Amino acid sequence: MSVEVSLRHTFQGLGPGFALDITFALPGAGVTALFGASGAGKTTIVNAIAGTFRPREGCIAIAGRTVLDTAAGIFVPAAARRTGYVFQDARLFPHMSVENNIRFGWRRAAAKADAHEIAHIVALLGLEHLLARRPQALSGGEKSRVALARALLSSPQILLLDEPLAALDAQRRGEILPYLERLRDEAKLPMLYVSHTLDEVARLADDIVVIKDGCVARQGSVFDVLTGLELAALAGSPPMGAVIAATVAAHRDDGLTALAFDGGTLLVSRLREPVGTTLRVRVRAEEIMLALEEPRGISANNILSGRVSAVGGDGAQADVQLLCGNTRFVARITQASAARLALSPGKPIYIIVKSVTVAAPASG
Amino acid sequence: MDALLTPDEIEALLLSLRISFVAVFGALPFAFAAALLLARTRFFGKTLVDGLIHMPLVLPPVAVGFLLLVLFGTRHGLGAWLLATFGLRFVFSWTGAALASAIITFPFQVRAIRLSLEAIDPGLTAAAQTLGAGPWDRLLNITLPLAFPGIAAGIITAFAASLGEFGAIITFVSNIPGETRTLPLAIYTALQAPGGEQEAARLSLMSIVLALLFMTLAEFVQRRTRR
Repeated sequence: MSVEVSLRHTFQGLGPGFALDITFALPGAGVTALFGASGAGKTTIVNAIAGTFRPREGCIAIAGRTVLDTAAGIFVPAAARRTGYVFQDARLFPHMSVENNIRFGWRRAAAKADAHEIAHIVALLGLEHLLARRPQALSGGEKSRVALARALLSSPQILLLDEPLAALDAQRRGEILPYLERLRDEAKLPMLYVSHTLDEVARLADDIVVIKDGCVARQGSVFDVLTGLELAALAGSPPMGAVIAATVAAHRDDGLTALAFDGGTLLVSRLREPVGTTLRVRVRAEEIMLALEEPRGISANNILSGRVSAVGGDGAQADVQLLCGNTRFVARITQASAARLALSPGKPIYIIVKSVTVAAPASG
Repeated sequence: MDALLTPDEIEALLLSLRISFVAVFGALPFAFAAALLLARTRFFGKTLVDGLIHMPLVLPPVAVGFLLLVLFGTRHGLGAWLLATFGLRFVFSWTGAALASAIITFPFQVRAIRLSLEAIDPGLTAAAQTLGAGPWDRLLNITLPLAFPGIAAGIITAFAASLGEFGAIITFVSNIPGETRTLPLAIYTALQAPGGEQEAARLSLMSIVLALLFMTLAEFVQRRTRR
């Protein structure tokens, strides 16, 4: 484990204080999402890792180096922690050009990236034509990309991203996501991605830590957690549905592309990616119909067979967790349907997938 | 120039500029430190310190001059010690005039710098911190350049105010030609002599020209830094 975090802190304020009691670990590479509602304490946790916030009690180690240990009296100042922090509001230095902004951390880094690596990161984030500009002359999306480059070039041992897309509109967000995906697939460093948007988490993260009321409520791989029935209650939203790692198996003559996954094959509209590419696809809970017998004479292209692994939900809604091979799906149907089909764990079932969302190429 | 002003008048003008220059730039580091203290920290007695710094704004300058005379008089106390130890004498010397000017114009500098320090997004210094910049590094490369508009405004206002200082200077260091007789003191002296109105008018005109010059400069700096 490359980053270990354990902290406790109580914020005194009006009314009852807000208590934070968090323990989690990040693997040595890949994206871990820190997910939770606004005000759950996500930013405080990130600030504690970066060293701009000092918790009352805790222990933090980054790549084997203890940067905080309140019991032993260790507190490494933020400037010496080697964390790359991308803030929600970019925080570019207004009195410097883009180039000087991205070189700010680089100049102070212990291990400096060479000219080749700098050029690579600049190209990766599409900043070549922006270098001479002032931050004031950049769009929101461009600012985020500059902030990313600046953090990366400080040669950090962990990249902390505190809702880097929150300040952007939907269109700009769509512009940045591919850059973040590229970064995830290329950079060999752990990333902690703070978000309260499950969409982003499903697209980017490998692992997820769900924070609720100052505690870790759930922790695991996105494939498991996002199909978990508890998430609905935790996130106060319908379950996200399945996040599936798939490989392009064939481009068929009928205009469809076959994607192989652990449990079967999904057919989607023709993709540009070559055979063998790994992709991340999503099947929303609302896009699944269930049948006890194999349906015939139906327009859906994707009919999978699996079994029910759990049934949950409340009110009129039922959330059904399904297992197809080793891949988990989740379906949201009505309680009435669930009762009619007499769904219970272990029951064989046909899964009719109405639509599949293909995210950009993924390592997942 | 010779046709316009007599050598004595030129002397008064140059002396005024020199005293103001030394007063303003000598006080600048202290003003910056005081502004930083007031803008960035919280401590017990902050209101008192804030009040003390701003005192010269509300105190009659003559009173400030008198206090300085008591403090730096060479007969006893601090003044005697400074003279004995460093050979430093403020009373009846142009350095004393600069000291008086510096104290009178100190609040102008602190105020302008403090305002610009408070306008800096604290998130920027936090960002610099995570990028590996220590406290002095941040002060030099983030805080100082971002506070520059305020520093420039403070310098210009203080300089202009210093050129007009009269009460504190005449009380503390007297009215000695070539040593402490600045523009306002020269105007006053001219008016004391019979038939000095014309000289007073020329010196006043000079003051007006200087004031206009500084106001233009202030406007220029403000426009440049507002981009």
